[in-house]
Amino acid sequence: MTALLQGRGLGDRLYTFGTTGFALAIPILLAFIAYEIGKAAWPALHTFGWHFLTSSEWDPVNGHFGAAPAIFGTLVSSFVALLIATPLALGVAIFLSEFAPAWLRTPVAFLVDLLAAIPSVVYGLWGIFFLIPLLRDHTMPFLRDTLHLGATPFFTGPAYGPSMLAAGVILAIMALPYISAVSREVLRAVPRSQREAALALGATRWETIRDAVIPNARSGIIGGIILGLGRALGETMAVTMVIGNRPEISASLYAPGYTMASLIANEFSEATTDLHLSALMAVGAVLFAITIIVNAIARWLVWRVARQGVA
Amino acid sequence: MTTVTLQRRPLRRATRRRRGITSGVMVALTYAAAMVATLPLVLILFHVVKLGIGALSIDFFTKMPKPVGEVGGGLANGIVGTLELIAIAALVGLPVGIGAGLYLAEKKTTLLANSVRFLSDVLNGLPSIVMGIFAWQLLVKPIGHFSALAGGVALGAMMIPLVTRTTEEMIRVVPGSLREAALALGYPRWRTSLSVVLRTAMPGIVTGALVAVARIAGETAPLLFTAFGNQFWSTSPMQPIAALPLQIFTYAISPYDDWHALAWAGALVLILLVLLISIAARAATRARYGAAAD
Repeated sequence: MTALLQGRGLGDRLYTFGTTGFALAIPILLAFIAYEIGKAAWPALHTFGWHFLTSSEWDPVNGHFGAAPAIFGTLVSSFVALLIATPLALGVAIFLSEFAPAWLRTPVAFLVDLLAAIPSVVYGLWGIFFLIPLLRDHTMPFLRDTLHLGATPFFTGPAYGPSMLAAGVILAIMALPYISAVSREVLRAVPRSQREAALALGATRWETIRDAVIPNARSGIIGGIILGLGRALGETMAVTMVIGNRPEISASLYAPGYTMASLIANEFSEATTDLHLSALMAVGAVLFAITIIVNAIARWLVWRVARQGVA
Repeated sequence: MTTVTLQRRPLRRATRRRRGITSGVMVALTYAAAMVATLPLVLILFHVVKLGIGALSIDFFTKMPKPVGEVGGGLANGIVGTLELIAIAALVGLPVGIGAGLYLAEKKTTLLANSVRFLSDVLNGLPSIVMGIFAWQLLVKPIGHFSALAGGVALGAMMIPLVTRTTEEMIRVVPGSLREAALALGYPRWRTSLSVVLRTAMPGIVTGALVAVARIAGETAPLLFTAFGNQFWSTSPMQPIAALPLQIFTYAISPYDDWHALAWAGALVLILLVLLISIAARAATRARYGAAAD
């Protein structure tokens, strides 16, 4: 406290006190969110214990709540999203930091960044009226029948449209700008001398990227991917509009699913019993915990690279 | 080592060829990735403009939504509601964010500053739906009904980490000599910080604030259980209020073609609003760099 009030005059003290207070507001807010949601989630977590995470029965009428299908859906849709978005985002990042001619660099970077500015609900609207029909009528039959992927358990069943696959594709588009922006930054932070040394040794342009640039940026790129994962895990509106909202676990990406965020979005304002409400709060608490862990790992990885870049 | 390589080179002509081809293919693939990655944006903008422009008219901005089956009507209440929610959010988010940014810029590497910086990043990654149920628990449940205030607070809390980060960055680029000059002239530290450093950094901070506003303007999830939406005209902060993103959501999942058209028009207006704010942000940045160049 003495350190806080070191300033000479009253004005300095007030100023230090004020800015410190605002800075402290951030940890306090975060702790308050954790406390409030934890408190509200407690009755459900207490009633069901670990079954809350492992049971796949979500039955508001009989008061039994198991979040396994929603947790499964969140993880699978985000995983599909990363599977699609990562190669694309890395390609864009490498293109922008290494190969793009100067006149293409700014517009392409601008367009990709703009993806992050489109509101989630607009993605959902577009998903319902364009992405889902496209997937239903063309992509899904193509993958299942023409490529014979129907032989695997992941691409079987009728192509309804609203599905885990649709959610994964929408999430991929939404996570892409985050992964590509972070990757671009860390690629750019790799010193020029690394590239020049590799080229001087006779490496081709691709070998330079693969052997001299990417290894230096690896943990930052992984950080960017995990950051994209964090976005995908918590994304609500667009997913709610395209995933089909059915609390079932299915191996097939063609089947409708549910995510934690869409479960809350759909049922929260209609929850009539205290236990139902508490169960939804508990879903929120699980989501909160998962995203905090994921984000903390991502930030740590990106920071590590940033520090190396300075040294 | 050099001689060895030189002697071997003729033997490895095929290998070199293969390496060259691999390199060319990979470079071409990154071009393809850039094309594929920009395609969704182009498609979304194309569809939103194509389907939204038809339903746009003066009525859209001035009239209330009409029941299904009646022609015309607009989303005036949602547009005003969104603006009001943004205003409440800014009142909550800007002071805290700017204050915390000032603190972080001045106490660069103390343990508390590093922790706050880290937790601010964590807060930034918090799912918006979680912020929504938090605001419900905090402001809707005790009061007993949905309100614009609860929605605005949820959005404002989401702004805090964004504003904090940009404020810190903008204050850090203010030359130390400015601060030293003010202190040498006998200014107390608080006046140096507020009327010299903060003022110099102001255009950048305005940019950061606008970027934060652009990000929360289209948020839907935090409003579902707070602002809730309202079919009628309401501007009271203590009552449920309509918001453009909520209306787009409701109309998009409805079975009626009339409402779908309204949803597309709403999406167009929302995107234009977000773009307009982003362009204003860029203009503010340019003002700053322009001033620096003079």
